[in-house]
Amino acid sequence: MNLLELLGYFNYWVFAIILTVGLYTVIAKVNLVKKLIGLSIFQSAVFLMYITMDKVEGGTAPIIQKGMEDQVFSNPLPQVLILTAIVVGVSTLALGLAIVVRIKERYGTIEEDEILDAD
Amino acid sequence: MDITPHLPALQVVVPLLAAPLVLLLRPRGLAWAGATSVAVLSFCIALSMAVDVAQGAHFRYAMGGWEAPYGIELSIGAFSALVLLIVSGAAAFSLLAARHSVDRQIEDERQPLFYAAWLLALAGLAGIAVSADAFNIFVFMEISSLASYVLIAGGPDRRALPSVFKYLIMGTIGATFYLIGIGLVYMMTGTLNLADMEARIGDVTDVKPIMVAAGFITIGLALKAAVFPLHVWLPNAYTHAPHMITVFLAACATKVAIYVLIRFDFFVFQANLPGHHLQFSFFLLPLALLGILVASAVAMFEGNLKRLLATSSVAQIGYIILGASFLTEAGLTASAVHLFNHALAKGGLFLAVACLACHYRDLRLDQLAGAARNMPLTAAAMVVSGFSLIGIPGTAGFISKWLLISAALDEGPYAWVLVAIILASSLMALVYIWRILETLYFRPAMTAPEQPGEAPLPLLGVTLIVALANIGFGLFPQFPLSLSSAAAELLLRHTL
Repeated sequence: MNLLELLGYFNYWVFAIILTVGLYTVIAKVNLVKKLIGLSIFQSAVFLMYITMDKVEGGTAPIIQKGMEDQVFSNPLPQVLILTAIVVGVSTLALGLAIVVRIKERYGTIEEDEILDAD
Repeated sequence: MDITPHLPALQVVVPLLAAPLVLLLRPRGLAWAGATSVAVLSFCIALSMAVDVAQGAHFRYAMGGWEAPYGIELSIGAFSALVLLIVSGAAAFSLLAARHSVDRQIEDERQPLFYAAWLLALAGLAGIAVSADAFNIFVFMEISSLASYVLIAGGPDRRALPSVFKYLIMGTIGATFYLIGIGLVYMMTGTLNLADMEARIGDVTDVKPIMVAAGFITIGLALKAAVFPLHVWLPNAYTHAPHMITVFLAACATKVAIYVLIRFDFFVFQANLPGHHLQFSFFLLPLALLGILVASAVAMFEGNLKRLLATSSVAQIGYIILGASFLTEAGLTASAVHLFNHALAKGGLFLAVACLACHYRDLRLDQLAGAARNMPLTAAAMVVSGFSLIGIPGTAGFISKWLLISAALDEGPYAWVLVAIILASSLMALVYIWRILETLYFRPAMTAPEQPGEAPLPLLGVTLIVALANIGFGLFPQFPLSLSSAAAELLLRHTL
């Protein structure tokens, strides 16, 4: 694989890197909020993957207008899917943070090791 | 008007729409009554579809009138009908029994919210079973997961919070892996409809992304299904959840993830990827065997009653995956029947635990000594459901163990190893169930119960009904068996 081919997959490389960074943060950090930040980064990587695969070079929004029937359109379906996935991601993050708030109320800490020691 | 063709949509729509309405029912008894009647209604819908499907019908429903593959299709064959029956049955029976236990564990003003989340979990789990669209399954999976995080964290036990946080992290990673997988498949095939995907994957020339997708989807769903060694979220989450939520989730939540896993691997990948079926069993068979042995061994030494039963669930999931990884009709039939029978046995056991919890605050085994003298009927239900979990003849668990062993015997020269492992783990199940029964029946009472006598009648009644169902389906297993063998036939239609 030569350099140009590597660069051609630029977005997918970024996807893989962000995905790994996010997963590493989830596993390595003991602070629960940092874990959730990692989870968010992890999910954002997938959004990037979906958006990348629907892009058609020179493509526009898929709206049919008079005189523009021959336009090249980007695929709208992955964008719709990822909009849904973003909503799911936001609700997961919100619920996760709500749980962290409750943990802070009941345990007085949000460090995982201190919580384990408390029980 | 004939509503039969609309039943697949109603199965999801009814609990989904009822959830916000339950929020408005202010006196808490009313919220319980509303949620329970909706769950019973959705059990009736599932039952009527299952009866039709057992006679050979196959429900297909185009949402909004848009035909597949352009629109979202709901499709109910034998396998989905069986899973729907488990999910809605678990919801209906646990809600019927729930009132007293929930009154004790959830504050009055939060109860409508709690029941609304319960209905959302039911809608999500039922949605996974009816949907024939890969992305739709993801959305329903997240609806059910988010609702179950809320349910588990809703109880008075503060240890539920860190457990549910762990469950949230692992569950989200699993769901995101699944999302990556279907993204890769969509990239190569341009479709999200499972049947259409199955037809188009064969035309893909470069199968590498599909192989990667198969890996992501299998691991993501195995995380959700708590397949050993990805099960670490399960014991704590089930131990610290409110008692009735443990009944509901232990009976159906992981089984739905197993359903998607089996369905995806058999329908979409195995027919089209050369050698995929061998990879599937090469990867999952050792995990299933390890899960069966390790989890059963851990359960033998566990001191907390709820955690003991939750750990044994991991072993039971191992049996289900083991049957599927034989890749034979007998193995898949055993797997599908065990989905149903394990829901009965574990549901019955956790219901009995909820009965005990009415009068014993501490559920460690040594604190429960002599409880059978105080609650003889609860203890009897525990005996029956426990025997079903071990697989004693005459109970439902025997049917699935028998089928699993006969399927294992066809597995060539190493069949005796498989049979030995299944028998060894059944012996270990005998040990840990016996430990519970010995404590309940033969130890002198250590602590006095808060109140003498049995649990309130609705809870006790449902517990006894489920215990009797364990015997009933052990003596007359035709109905789940016919659905399961139809499901196995459907899953293997390419290779047969």
